[in-house]
Amino acid sequence: MLLEKLQSAVGAGVILPDGHETFVLNLGPQHPATHGVLRVKLTMDGEYILRAEPVPGYIHRMQEKMGENRSWSKYLPNTSRIDYLSAMTYTHAYVLVVERAAGIEVPPRAEYLRVITSELNRISSHLVWFGAFLLDLGGFTPLLYAFDDREKILDLLESVTGSRLTYCYYRFGGLCNDVDAEFLTGAREFVAYMRPRLAMYRQLVTDNIILRKRLEGIGRIDAELCRKYGATGPVIRGAGVANDVRRVEPYSVYPLLDFKIPVYSECDCMARYLVRMDEMEQSLRIVEQAIAQLPEGPVMGKVPRVVKVPAGDYYHAVEAARGRFAIRIVSDGKEIPYRIKLRTPSFSNLSLFEEASRGMMLPDALALMGSLDLVIPDIDR
Amino acid sequence: METPDQPSPQVNSAPNPTPTGPVGDGEPAPDCSSIVRFAKLDELLALGRANSLWPLTFGLACCAIEMMAAGASRFDISRFGAEVFRPSPRQADVMIVAGTINRKMALAVKTLYDQMPEPKWVIALGNCAISGGPFVFPGQYAVVEGVDKLFPVDVYVPGCPPRPEALIEGILALEEKITGKRRWPRVPPQ
Repeated sequence: MLLEKLQSAVGAGVILPDGHETFVLNLGPQHPATHGVLRVKLTMDGEYILRAEPVPGYIHRMQEKMGENRSWSKYLPNTSRIDYLSAMTYTHAYVLVVERAAGIEVPPRAEYLRVITSELNRISSHLVWFGAFLLDLGGFTPLLYAFDDREKILDLLESVTGSRLTYCYYRFGGLCNDVDAEFLTGAREFVAYMRPRLAMYRQLVTDNIILRKRLEGIGRIDAELCRKYGATGPVIRGAGVANDVRRVEPYSVYPLLDFKIPVYSECDCMARYLVRMDEMEQSLRIVEQAIAQLPEGPVMGKVPRVVKVPAGDYYHAVEAARGRFAIRIVSDGKEIPYRIKLRTPSFSNLSLFEEASRGMMLPDALALMGSLDLVIPDIDR
Repeated sequence: METPDQPSPQVNSAPNPTPTGPVGDGEPAPDCSSIVRFAKLDELLALGRANSLWPLTFGLACCAIEMMAAGASRFDISRFGAEVFRPSPRQADVMIVAGTINRKMALAVKTLYDQMPEPKWVIALGNCAISGGPFVFPGQYAVVEGVDKLFPVDVYVPGCPPRPEALIEGILALEEKITGKRRWPRVPPQ
């Protein structure tokens, strides 16, 4: 391929064999379509991208380093600020890995409530993506609908956790407080409310011919590319691989619940869009079942006052809204972690952007970037 | 809607340090924001500016999501005339610094501030923009500890992240700073 031969050489002002001259376009760090402070250096041939070079680091917040200078429990609030849109699942990964390491038992009621709140959080995260993605494509109205639904979830979660976005609800060995009957009724009502809303989104947005033309066949990411860069979550499930941590490495009470893993094999932006829309329905199913099965009992197990993790190397992964999120902790037996390594899904999903966007038109590349659903502090940590 | 107890926005009442001429020792800097002043016209302009603040579309981190929520359905910041988020600093007159600024980003934020035309105002939204927030620890190497290290801030809205109501209150506090009076009744804390 001519493009691939040019890959290494391109920069500004290179004369291409067809007589065109390249130029460098700087996208970001302040740009409304990058959802934060991602910067991409684009080498362009007219409207076509020859090379896209992401420049991360504009919101590096020392998340891994901060693990090394505070006790195990004081690191909990940090985990909800890595990917602030799915804070619950990130906190879940951290409490699970510490519980695995320290051998802490969790009461079943607490695990069920963790699943309920995590899945509600996943829906709210996908709703933000839904609004923001369609905003990138030029439709403002869906954002208003999505945020209206999202506020209903936030009301529910706020009533038990006390915060709207950066929840710190899980504790080692359980939860910070039990939920009341009002929350469970509210969650049941929300499930009943959300199903017709999703049907309405399908009718108004998904089946819209303009959206279909804009997304179908655009931004091809196949399973091979996903494996090469370690992409997970809706990106790999939109490439026809049913890889979901909830199924392949079951944790919490997910094996007891009946839900499907949505998979589409078209590999384009539309496939990733449809995966997320179907995931919202499956999350509603999980919430419904978990509330029906919710056992009585305590929400906090027996935990020592100061949690100490025996020396060793531990790992746990969860399925966050953007893909596989994993924490590896290394302990030397002290009250402070020796090392905390975060494997964040957005970072892997961004790394395939350079290869996937080669030869694309600029507006299509922005649709591709939107379909990856990037959260920038999740990339930079 | 009931809001839980939250610290209210703090207004920096000092006028923005506009470029001034040579100042004698110990004398307060004169207000040189305009050379010729027309009292009534200035008031009229201030009223217009206060009622149509155009914020810069500029999200850094978590607080940006609450800023989006403030602009979306339930909170609807356009009730207060501040919904026209402009992606270009040349068209914006209030910068809502929503999130953590690290050293790599600081230069870009300063450039954006410099590109905004006068008169311009700054709202520091959230603890990170106020002081570095939870990311400050002895020996930290990345975070700028407060946006007021880079340029003057008019309104500080605390919270991690602040609720959308807090941002709206911050906008109202900024209006009050511009016009000298509050156009919306103050809700007493419960």
